[in-house]
Amino acid sequence: MSTGLNRKYRKSQFTIISWVDSRIVKNAKQSLIKEIMGKLEEIHVLQGHKGRIWSGAWHPRGNAFATCGEDKTIRIWSMDGSEWITKTILSDGHTRTIREVAWSPCGQYLASASFDATTAIWSKTSGEFECNATLEGHENEVKSVSWSRTGSLLATCSRDKSVWIWEVAGDDEFECAAVLNAHTQDVKKVAWHPRQDILASASYDNTINIYKENTLDSDWECTATLTSHSSTVWGISFDATGNRLASCSDDKTVKIWQAYEPGNEENIPTPDNQTVWKCVCTLSGFHSRSVYDIAWCKLTGLIVTACGDDAIRIFKEDDNSSKNEPTFSLVCTMHKAHEQDVNTVTWNPVTPGQLLSTSDDGTIRIWKFIE
Amino acid sequence: MPTEIENLNPSVYAKCKERSVTDEEQNEDVPDPFDQREVFDLIRVINDPEHPLTLEELHVVQQDLITVDDANNEVKVYFTPTIPHCSMATLIGLSIRVKLLRSLPPRFKVSVEITPGTHASEKAVNKQLADKERVAAALENAHLIEVINQCIASS
Repeated sequence: MSTGLNRKYRKSQFTIISWVDSRIVKNAKQSLIKEIMGKLEEIHVLQGHKGRIWSGAWHPRGNAFATCGEDKTIRIWSMDGSEWITKTILSDGHTRTIREVAWSPCGQYLASASFDATTAIWSKTSGEFECNATLEGHENEVKSVSWSRTGSLLATCSRDKSVWIWEVAGDDEFECAAVLNAHTQDVKKVAWHPRQDILASASYDNTINIYKENTLDSDWECTATLTSHSSTVWGISFDATGNRLASCSDDKTVKIWQAYEPGNEENIPTPDNQTVWKCVCTLSGFHSRSVYDIAWCKLTGLIVTACGDDAIRIFKEDDNSSKNEPTFSLVCTMHKAHEQDVNTVTWNPVTPGQLLSTSDDGTIRIWKFIE
Repeated sequence: MPTEIENLNPSVYAKCKERSVTDEEQNEDVPDPFDQREVFDLIRVINDPEHPLTLEELHVVQQDLITVDDANNEVKVYFTPTIPHCSMATLIGLSIRVKLLRSLPPRFKVSVEITPGTHASEKAVNKQLADKERVAAALENAHLIEVINQCIASS
């Protein structure tokens, strides 16, 4: 399996010791050569929140976004002329830090996950944003919330080690469809597949779990556990097809996972007729601290990371990359993108190359990536 | 919180002398980078949660187990629990973290870890102390913050 990479190596100036090492060496050295490829321009620096900003989420139309943080408020921002301004502040929903916000695919609803153990659902049906429902059930801090592609399902996860799936039964009615206890530790992140009702979750137990509804008894079950990271997995993001998943971790690496469905042409065994996920690429040597968030752009295929070393990095898949041994190059490093840890990065779903980041430094920044 | 004290007779060590201030440090026009001793002075006065003694007197913190890289904004502190099964290790680590969080400029990346080989749950405690989300959530716990404040209240 190493021949492809090694052959490429022999042509280059770097010596190879072993395949595993060479991949790391390759990535790090390549970055030196190719880093000049792209440029990240800071367009706006936005202030308003008090203290650490944990999360930011673009509205599906790309013309507004929501942010939240330790000041227990949610701010909704939109353009006024050429400036981004706070249009609404939602401050009566939670009693503790708000960890994450997520828009429903229709853009009518906003969900917020809080350390107060609840998830709030906000909607604008009557003109103003109002909290229409509060989802209770988790025993302690809710860390992440995510809507499925149709908006009919919602997933939440918590330090209580569980992942909950909620069915949207009506405007302000949510029914718990499943409580999944596949993780052995704090669950940090949930993310839905972009094309199917498949859920992924990332945890302090160093693994990623994949869940699917069993068509026979309509019970949700964990169908795969992805192990390779050596510390907390902070972020996960599917590509546009959902056949690949990118993950980032406290182990300072980024990993790319490929789905192999039953009957795959590579003849990779799929026990119990379930899709298996294999780690096909590890990006090491780029990040100097914990990587807190990762976003795979559905429009451009670019991957962006938020790191505890205050930098934002962008990776691009190489032209000669292959499905089973993909290769990525670092195309941009924005050192000191923020004055402190970068907590989230997210691509605008409509405008290619537009990026939003939030940080411990209390600012939100809007960036433009130019290749 | 346990009702019985785990380590009844800890070894007690002498405190170090006050830092002598040099002429250069008195000079307002010369920038003073943060150094090992300055960070030590911040944390040596923290009270032990169990004994009426400071972390310095118990050798839980020691100056040579601190590294400061002012130019690269990094501070690393190793602390040594008095016994390998000390259930207070996380609380002590959290107190050191909070004290430094409140005292140092936000540009610093602070890591607080157990001195290798000195605690039974070294890895688990280190992981929890390094997880800023867990730390943030813990610091919203009114009871816990009260205990930490008592530890770091300057005597």
